[in-house]
Formats: sequence, C-alpha cells, structure tokens
Amino acid sequence: MRALAVVLLLALSAGPSFAVQPDEVLADAGLEARARDISRDLRCPVCQGENIDESNAPISRDLRLYVRERLVAGDSDAEVIEAVTDRFGEFVLFDPPATGSTLVLWLAGPVMALLGLLVAWRFVRQRPALARAEALNDEEQARLDRIMRDDAR
Amino acid sequence: MIAELGHFALVLSLGVALFQMIVPMIGASRDRAAWMDSARPAAMAQFGLLGIAFAALTVAFVTSDFSVALVYENSHSAKPMLYKVSGVWGNHEGSMLLWVLILALFGAAAAVFGDNLPPRLRARVLSVQAAIGAAFLAFILLTSNPFLRLDVPPFDGRDLNPLLQDPGLAFHPPFLYLGYVGLSMSFSFAVAALIEGRVDAAWARWVRPWTLAAWMFLTIGIALGSWWAYYELGWGGFWFWDPVENASFMPWLLAGALLHSAVVVEKRETLKAWTILLAIMAFGLSLVGTFIVRSGVITSVHSFASDPTRGVFILGILTLFVGGALTLFAARAGAMTTRAVFSPVSREGALLLNNLLLAVAAFVVFVGTLWPLVAEFATGRKLSVGPPFFEKAFTPFMIALALALPIGSILPWKRGRAGRAMAALRPAAFLALAVAGLVFAVSTGHSALAVVGAGLGAWLVAGSGVDLWQRAGGRAARLTRLPGADWGRAVAHAGLGVTFIGISLLMAWQVEDIRVAQVGDRLRIAGYDVTLQDVAEVQGPNYVSTTATMLVERAGRRVGVLHPEKRVYPVQAMPTTEAAISSGVFRDIYLVIGDRQQGGGWAIRSYVKPFAAWIWVGCGLMALGGLLSLTDRRYRVAATARRRASAPVPAE
Repeated sequence: MRALAVVLLLALSAGPSFAVQPDEVLADAGLEARARDISRDLRCPVCQGENIDESNAPISRDLRLYVRERLVAGDSDAEVIEAVTDRFGEFVLFDPPATGSTLVLWLAGPVMALLGLLVAWRFVRQRPALARAEALNDEEQARLDRIMRDDAR
Repeated sequence: MIAELGHFALVLSLGVALFQMIVPMIGASRDRAAWMDSARPAAMAQFGLLGIAFAALTVAFVTSDFSVALVYENSHSAKPMLYKVSGVWGNHEGSMLLWVLILALFGAAAAVFGDNLPPRLRARVLSVQAAIGAAFLAFILLTSNPFLRLDVPPFDGRDLNPLLQDPGLAFHPPFLYLGYVGLSMSFSFAVAALIEGRVDAAWARWVRPWTLAAWMFLTIGIALGSWWAYYELGWGGFWFWDPVENASFMPWLLAGALLHSAVVVEKRETLKAWTILLAIMAFGLSLVGTFIVRSGVITSVHSFASDPTRGVFILGILTLFVGGALTLFAARAGAMTTRAVFSPVSREGALLLNNLLLAVAAFVVFVGTLWPLVAEFATGRKLSVGPPFFEKAFTPFMIALALALPIGSILPWKRGRAGRAMAALRPAAFLALAVAGLVFAVSTGHSALAVVGAGLGAWLVAGSGVDLWQRAGGRAARLTRLPGADWGRAVAHAGLGVTFIGISLLMAWQVEDIRVAQVGDRLRIAGYDVTLQDVAEVQGPNYVSTTATMLVERAGRRVGVLHPEKRVYPVQAMPTTEAAISSGVFRDIYLVIGDRQQGGGWAIRSYVKPFAAWIWVGCGLMALGGLLSLTDRRYRVAATARRRASAPVPAE
C-alpha cells in the first residue's frame, strides 16, 4: 500500500498537461512570446519527438528556464538557439539548418517539382505529334465513338 | 478453448489465402473458368474465418481471459466495457489482426460486388489481394500471434495505456485501416491490369469507386486522429508532423492524386501508366507507414509495440510487393502509351497539375520523415526534422494547389480558355479578396498566415459555388438534378477550403493564458471571464480524477460551465488530462487544470481557439464529397454498360 502511495505521489507530481508552468512565465510579454517561439523549435533531448514547450520532462523545464534566462540577459534569438545547440548538438533543432548535406533535404521538394514540370511539359508537347502520326483505325474509331456516347450520357 | 478456436481459424485463413492466391491466377492464364471462379468463395471464406478469429479475440478481451498473454498485457478487469472492446486493437497484435480482417473484407466485397467485372480481371484482382493477405497472415502467425497463452494465468491484467482509454480508440484506427487497406484494392487492380496488359476507361471506372472509398475512410480516420489529439493531449495541438501521422498523410495525398488521375483515364484514356504507378505507390506508402509504426525505426509516440524482427519482416513484404509491382510496371508500362491529344489548358491539363503538386507534396513529406534515418546512416549526423521544416517546405505546394483548383475544376475537357474560366470566377475572386482584406484589417500584427489562408479558403469555397452554378447552367432548379459526382466534387473542394480557413485562423489567432488560480478566482481571456468555482476529487471506474468546475461568461452572460479533469490511472501509474472544451462556430474555449501548487491554488491553462471546429468540419465535408461521388448513378450505369453497349440511350 505504501508503494502504491509513493507511485501515486510520483505520478501526481509529474503532470502531463503542463509543459510551461505558471512560475516559468516571464513578466515581460514580449520576451515571453519570444521564449515560446524559440521553445517550439527546440526538441526535447530525451522525449519522442516533442518540443521543449510541450514536453514534461525535467530536462525540458531546465531548458525552458535556460532559454528565458538568456533572453532576460539580453541575448538574441539566434544566440540562444546557438547556445543550446552547442550543448546538445543539432539533434535539438526541429528546423534543420540548410547547410552541408541537409541542403539536399531542403532542395528535394523544389527540385522534384521542377523535374515533374519538365516531364509533364514534354508529355504534353509530344501529344499532338503522336496524334498526327497515327490516326485511329476503324475498330478504334468505333470504340471511341462508343465511349464518347457513354460519356455524353 | 475459444482462443484456440480463433487461432485455428487464423491458420485456416492463411491456407485459404494461399489457395486464393495461386489457383485463380493459374486459371486466368490457362483460361479455366472454374479455377478463376474459385476466387470468389475463397475470398468470402477467408473473410469469414478471419471474422471468427477476430470475434474469438474480442471474446477473450470482453471476458478478461488473462490466460491469453495479449489480454493480460493490455487489459484489466476494472476497465469499462467500451475499452475492453476497442482495446482489442489498442495493441500491436490485435491491430494487425484488424488490418488483415479489413483486407479480407475488401477482398470479399470485390467478390460479392464484382459481378460486372470481366472474370479474368476479377480472378487476378482477388489473387493479388490474397497474396497480400497471405503475407500479412504469415507475419501475424510467425511474429505477432495474438492467441498465445500463459502457463500460469495471472490474477489481473496490466491495463491499457490510459491515453488510449478514450472513445477515439474505438473509431480512429478502424477508419484509418479501412483507408490504408482500401488502397490495396487499387494496388490489386493495378497489378492485375499490368498482368492483363490492358488499361482502359472501363478499368478506370472500376478502380475509381474503390479508391474514392479508401480516400474517404482515410480522410475520416486522419481527421478523427487529429481531433483526438486536440482534445486529449492537453494543449490543443491538432497536427504534429509526427512520423506516424506523416505515414497516414502520404497515402492520403497520393490517393487524392490517384482519384483525379483515374478521372483522366476514364474520360480521356490517357495518363494510364502514371495512374498505375500512383496506385502502386499509394499502397506502397501504406506499407511504408505500417513499417514505420511497427518497426519503431523512427521513434514516435504511436509505436506502442516495436520489435526489430517485425520490422524486418514488414520490410520484406514491402520489398516483395512494391518491388515486384514496379518490376512488372517497368516491363509493361511501355505498352500503355496513348495517342490522345493533350492540351495544357484543359481539364486534363489541370488534373495533371493537381497530380504533380500532390505527388511532390507527398514526396516532401516522405523525404522529411525519412531524412533523420538517412542522414544518420550516410553521414552520422544526428538531426531532427520537425514542424518548422514541414510548414515551410510543404505549404507552398498547398498554396499553389489552392490557387489553381477552382480554375482547373471549371475548365472544359480537351481544350479550354483560361481567360473564360477566370471571367466566370470573377465573383469568387472578389469574395476571396474581400475576406483576405477583412482578415487583414481585424488581425493584430497582420499575420500573413491568417490573410493568405483565409483568402485561399474563401477562394476555394466560392470557386466550388461557381463550379456548381456553371454545371447547373445558371438555373437554381437544375442544381438538385446535378449528378452526384458534380455535387461530390464541389462539396469536397469546399471542404478543403473550410479546413484551410480553420487551420490558418486557429494558428494565427489563438490566445493562451497560463496562471495559478485559487478557488473563486476569475481570469479574463480574449473577452471571456473564466471563474474557477470548485475543485473536487472524484473516483472513476479505474482512475481517480481531480475535477474542476469553471464558469465561462462573456460580458456578464453565461456561456457555460466546463469541467476539465486530471486523471490518474493507478494500474499504469500514469496521469492524463481531460481538457474541457466549449465548441462554437467561431471559437473553442479550451480549459485545462494542472497540478495543485505549493503555495495553494491550481495551475490553470486557458485557450481561446478561433475557428478550431472548421478544421474537422472541412474534413467532414471532404469525406461527404467522396460519399456523394460514390452515390453517382453513372458508376452503376457504367457497370451495366457492357451488357447493353449498343442500346441507344437518350441524352440527359
């Protein structure tokens, strides 16, 4: 029974909902808003894909307090993020910097879109040529007529 | 005894699936009618046997038979009945059993409703479907058997993860699986067509309803999951770009593309090879999703069971089916070129653009999801790809899609004139600009997200109105007589617009308040007065709850009394929050109670979330659009068209 009470106590003390606790909130609304924005882009180092703003892990609380400390001390957003990255590595950045091999990640979408446009354009361009080259034979024409009739309904 | 019965039925269904995989396929190539027809009773028998196996597992959960290992690990005698039933698929083994049950359901449906399919195509479709079934049944029996017994039955079970003890579990996974697995039908049709070496308008008419149904279920499943996260996780997030969410989102995007390209095959007999490729990739991504969730290679809150052997097995299935299908595609796709004229400014041109944008968007999600894995293998860099990346890299394609959509949907087939379409859309454009201007004027900080999102949303909704109005020839009386497909298209496109508005305004205008409140304290948030009236300890069936009573007023008028809760489930020693939400048309009020503070009082989090409900209403409209399209009589007319192909039919 005592064991159960201890478990209950532990469970109660680690609330799941409360990421940012009321005692962490800065009095200066502007600084607090910046702190929230920074926290949303930083990954909790020990959780499964949560940012430190939402996470309940003790280390996330420490990081949130650290971010606020630095902001109060007058650091810029970039300086705060750099300070955290220096300690925990680029793993904590949810917004990976577009440098080195990560450039591939950022360029994958646009490059694919351009390639797709190119292929689609070539596909569209070659159609009239093909259509001229090969007229329909009688059987195909009959089938086409049937399909067109079906469509018209 | 009942568990053994289920186990036996499961083994038997593997035997039936193997028969259904081999015999009809040989029959189709040797032209033996009886062999081909054997696929239909086999598909129904396979479904019946899996139904027995699933029922047996459900009985074990409902009666709390803790001699079954799976029940012991995931259930508890004090758990409410709803969660005993939905808990059947709240674990790895049970959810895989649900997966194959739904796979067999689709196979049986194709056998029952497939009267109008050419016998050879039907035999091949059912054979491919059975091959997928056999692979996953082997996976279940060899790595994830749900019916294993314990030698010494324990006194009580270990209970279900409290986060999963929610009505959401009853609906979210079944709908998601209906969507995921529904795409197996499109896959089977694609592979069967490759084996036949023939794709035509009739083929597209058979494939479209199945894809539409799968897409519709996937829409509902994803929306339910997002809504569940919204009310359960305690801060009202609705989408996290989590690997598992992405795993369901990629097939959704490709299924959306497939729906549209199948229309082009049906109407114009072109884009055939691309449509086949999309069908293969859409189901392939469903398998990738299953692999991501079940193997745990990418850590995520969803992977409640992960194990390397299971991951390798699924990777094997994935390689076999997608690799096999792509090889077949490479060999046969060349035979599918068409000679139709294809003008860039036409409905088919617009649908091609739709396909391009949706496919590239899916590709961005794919690369973003797998990048951490690739980077660590290739360069040893441990990095994360999260919401900021996806928001920046994915959104531009959605903006382009939304801009082009209303124009494309009113362009005529074959050859259209962009200027004419734009002229018809002028009222919609004015409305969209007016909405964007209004949002710009009222938003503090003039958030670009709010302006662009709401403007595009209004453009989509008004564009759908113009689309319908044009189809009706400008006469209101004819609106009700439009075919289901026209209504479906307009409703689904308008739904996308509503979701756009919801997401952008919620993200731009949300207001939050975090504080410590004593009982009796009143706080003010975005024009609402919230009073903490009482906090009480309440005993639930299998949890202890701290329940607050909070009065919400606006300008002295009572809006409602909300009861946010914080629960502790003693068996798993895990707390959960139950946010209290007052939903409205233009805003949700979202209240959460946290810990008791050392200096007295309670931590309270309050949010006002503008237009939150619009996100899911929009998803609902998209699904409704799919349903309306499915009711279109032309699918059934097409089904009988073969039999009376030459009979003259009066024009509408």
